[in-house]
Amino acid sequence: MLEDENIGEFNEKLIEEILEAYPAKSKKKRAKHLTTAKVTEAGEEGEAAGTDCSVKSNIKSLPGVMTIRGCAYAGSKGVVWGPIKDMVHISHGPVGCGQYSWAQRRNYYVGTTGIDTFVTMQFTSDFQERDIVFGGDKKLEKILDEIKVLFPLANGVTVQSECPIGLIGDDIEAVARKKAKEHETTVVPVRCEGFRGVSQSLGHHLANDSIRDWVLEPASKADDFEPTPYDINVIGDYNIGGDAWASRHLLEEIGLHVIGSWAGDTTLAEMERAPKAKLNLIHCYRSMNYICRHMEEKYGVPWKEFNFFGPSQIAKSLRAIADMFDDTIRENAEKAIAKYQPLADAVIAKYRPRLEGKKVMLYVGGLRPRHVITAYEDLGMEVVGTGYEFAHGDDYKRTGGYVKDGTLIYDDITGYEMEKFIERKRPDLVGSGIKEKYPVQKMGIPFRQMHSWDYSGPYHAYDGFAIFARDMDLAINNPVWGLFDAPWGEAA
Amino acid sequence: MPQTADKVLDHAPLFREPEYQEMLKNKQVKYECGHPEALVKEIDDWTRSWEYREKNLERTALKVNPAKACQPLGAVFVAAGFEGTLSFVHGSQGCVAYYRSHLSRHFKEPCSAVSSSMTEDAAVFGGLNNMIDGLSNAYSLYNPKMIAVSTTCMAEVIGDDLHAFIEQSRQKGSVPEDFDVPFAHTPAFVGSHVDGYDNMLKGILEHFWAGQERTPNDAINIVPGFDGYAVGNNRELKRLLGEMGIDATIVSDVSDVYDTPSDGQFRMFSGGTTIEQTKAALSAKATVSLQQYCTKKSLEYAAAQGQETASFNYPMGVSATDELLMALSEMTGKAIPDSLKLERGRLVDAMADSQAYLHGKTYAIFGDPDFVYGMARFVMETGGEPVHCLATNGTKAWAKKMQALLDASPFGSQGKVWAGKDLWHLRSLLATEPVDLMIGSSYGKYLERDTNTPLIRLSFPIFDRHHHHRFPTWGYQGGLNVLVKLLDTVFDLLDRESNKAGVNDISFDLTR
Repeated sequence: MLEDENIGEFNEKLIEEILEAYPAKSKKKRAKHLTTAKVTEAGEEGEAAGTDCSVKSNIKSLPGVMTIRGCAYAGSKGVVWGPIKDMVHISHGPVGCGQYSWAQRRNYYVGTTGIDTFVTMQFTSDFQERDIVFGGDKKLEKILDEIKVLFPLANGVTVQSECPIGLIGDDIEAVARKKAKEHETTVVPVRCEGFRGVSQSLGHHLANDSIRDWVLEPASKADDFEPTPYDINVIGDYNIGGDAWASRHLLEEIGLHVIGSWAGDTTLAEMERAPKAKLNLIHCYRSMNYICRHMEEKYGVPWKEFNFFGPSQIAKSLRAIADMFDDTIRENAEKAIAKYQPLADAVIAKYRPRLEGKKVMLYVGGLRPRHVITAYEDLGMEVVGTGYEFAHGDDYKRTGGYVKDGTLIYDDITGYEMEKFIERKRPDLVGSGIKEKYPVQKMGIPFRQMHSWDYSGPYHAYDGFAIFARDMDLAINNPVWGLFDAPWGEAA
Repeated sequence: MPQTADKVLDHAPLFREPEYQEMLKNKQVKYECGHPEALVKEIDDWTRSWEYREKNLERTALKVNPAKACQPLGAVFVAAGFEGTLSFVHGSQGCVAYYRSHLSRHFKEPCSAVSSSMTEDAAVFGGLNNMIDGLSNAYSLYNPKMIAVSTTCMAEVIGDDLHAFIEQSRQKGSVPEDFDVPFAHTPAFVGSHVDGYDNMLKGILEHFWAGQERTPNDAINIVPGFDGYAVGNNRELKRLLGEMGIDATIVSDVSDVYDTPSDGQFRMFSGGTTIEQTKAALSAKATVSLQQYCTKKSLEYAAAQGQETASFNYPMGVSATDELLMALSEMTGKAIPDSLKLERGRLVDAMADSQAYLHGKTYAIFGDPDFVYGMARFVMETGGEPVHCLATNGTKAWAKKMQALLDASPFGSQGKVWAGKDLWHLRSLLATEPVDLMIGSSYGKYLERDTNTPLIRLSFPIFDRHHHHRFPTWGYQGGLNVLVKLLDTVFDLLDRESNKAGVNDISFDLTR
């Protein structure tokens, strides 16, 4: 890429060039999902100046293009419900969905697996042809009975629908009601069949709705919980590699009480109690905003977005959170920032010289395509392209506050586009998922999985930032990237 | 504050630090409303009892931790073994994301496949338009030599007709008139990934063979079956065939596509059985399957064309390799060369050297039906005794054959066969009838933790150890690799149990 060329213009040309490979009809459709960020003035209603990243989003993926997206089941079972640790989550339908998602999301938790916690297990109704033909409701009843006998300490069950359920007309709600009553437990049916919606996103929404209807609604159960003025829920932190624990540590340090943590290392009781909190802090807006809005409407619990990636955003968020409380919390927040800033400075002093100026392209899910940008900038790195698998318009709007003019923006990127963008832009690092990791690395470009933290983490809060910095350094500065070319043969 | 820039602690050590331990304890006590520790302990103990085992084995509806996947995974795998072939899975898109992830996590390699991304409207009206647009997009973007179409359960439930849809797409110009689009219906609610392998393979063979003239020759076809060690095994297979001078076609060879080099270029396609080879395979004298339970229909189809067929069960160890080589020799008239006899002797030599450490060891073995069979057979050759042999996707016929294998050897006298059971069943079996060693996939690590049975990873999927699949487990050379893995586990265990100075290190022997 020519250094003196206007980056926005370069990217616009690149988009046009890449779209050429598509058949006409698809080209027209894909064009709406690709753009470059354009500078905007400060808004009339006091919005800060930023960039406009708007693209078409939350639209059906084109068939045959190798979308990176998953499905509603992945959004519900994989993301929202899966980490609720003391409940059994049944993958209801054929064996595959539960098998491929078994223990893959690294939602860390504490407990005795198989006895009082069940996160890294795969429970499935393993549908056979007869279940498709005659329906699966009877089998589901039997399954709930068997769970009752074999897993007596499970505090509830969710039924995560796979594609066939909605197609064969099963009434899982009726089964759930019947068995919940009979077993005196919580049974949550979720209509998250994979063909619903266009991505994981609808699955998040459906899972949120099922929490509303099947957990919060009936949860007037007596709880001897005594509220304090400092009770909060942390929502939309899935405790990947222990993220939610790093965040919790910091929030407790400033004097807040995290009475519920959704959804990572979470119990059903924490969810049921949630409306008693004074504030909902939301990290992954995309996957859990629905339940926050509901709690605000119904129980008057306000919600606030925050960002615990990298010291700049952490300090900013801590102050903003503290402002929702009182002087004690504000003082504590300042103390915590002062306490941890030397750690952040030491991390930056160590790693920034090794990472300065490195260019990053991101393609991830709910919040990370924007939330991690400042953490990279804290290390002197620059995000030159970013995009989301399943964002909506409001996510792209929020992205404007993070990205610079000319940044490449891609929504529901296809395998082809990703390969071509990377080939032409040659970033120093790509952050995306397992399916993208190996193709990118083959091209000689360092890569970190930014869904699973590439089996590392936590990346949240100050403790996590040190790990984040170390991981970006080890990815980029490993000697293997210098070994790709054999030292003999044709001169370059 | 445990974290420092000098020595960055990640999740493993970080959360063991006292301040995190205290935080987690506090969370548990104040907010979680969990069960009392004593009750958790009581139930945990109960789950290890014979009473629980019986209740667990009575289960008829619920599956817990099954060791099997669904048909389309096998279809995607087998299609990847043909040159320039892109899998196109008709149905919901999330499934394809799962297959790709699953295979990438095992092979540590790219895995390319596309979906027709059917959604609610397609559920109502059928997925014809998705097929038309999808084939057109996939063909334009990825330039494959062939597109192999299989199905997710969604498309199967609504009853989409692949053949009609593909032909209509062709008429609409999605792909050229003469472009190869073999297909197979691969319902996830029938069988498992091994059946998907079979169905897709048969679909591809039918596509190229139907209506063609067969002019028999002396070549043979070899079908490896669904195999997590395919990279190492297929190459070893080719080497063995080369040593014997046999003209053979590996029908579906994924060894190159799941093992591409890092040299700056991403190869979506690499190697594989060519279309010409696949066409020519019709005239082969015989089709040989190395995994009977992956290839039932495909072999029947080959036999119906007039070919000889033979099938094996994941040939590991001495006698299984002997049998394979002798069968190939008989089919082709090529003698087994001295070089292979030498290799055989070397494997036997290694087994003899180490027999004291493996003789009488008891095993639990789980995995696909052919793997469990082949593994148990080899284990018995080392003097080991398979106790629990479990295949979640094992059929009654497999169980019978498996039992006959155990019955034929004094080392199999303790062995029980568990067809259709899952790894939560195996937990009960291990808790009530413990064994020395367990052989299976990475999923076995939870059983290793819960029952303290050392796990040897030798099947699919292996997510938490790297690169073992690049080394063969088939043939005499492969047998050597497997032998070393068994032995290393035994030796490591001996050392681990005797490595505390002054406490238990009497047996911490330098020479073993």
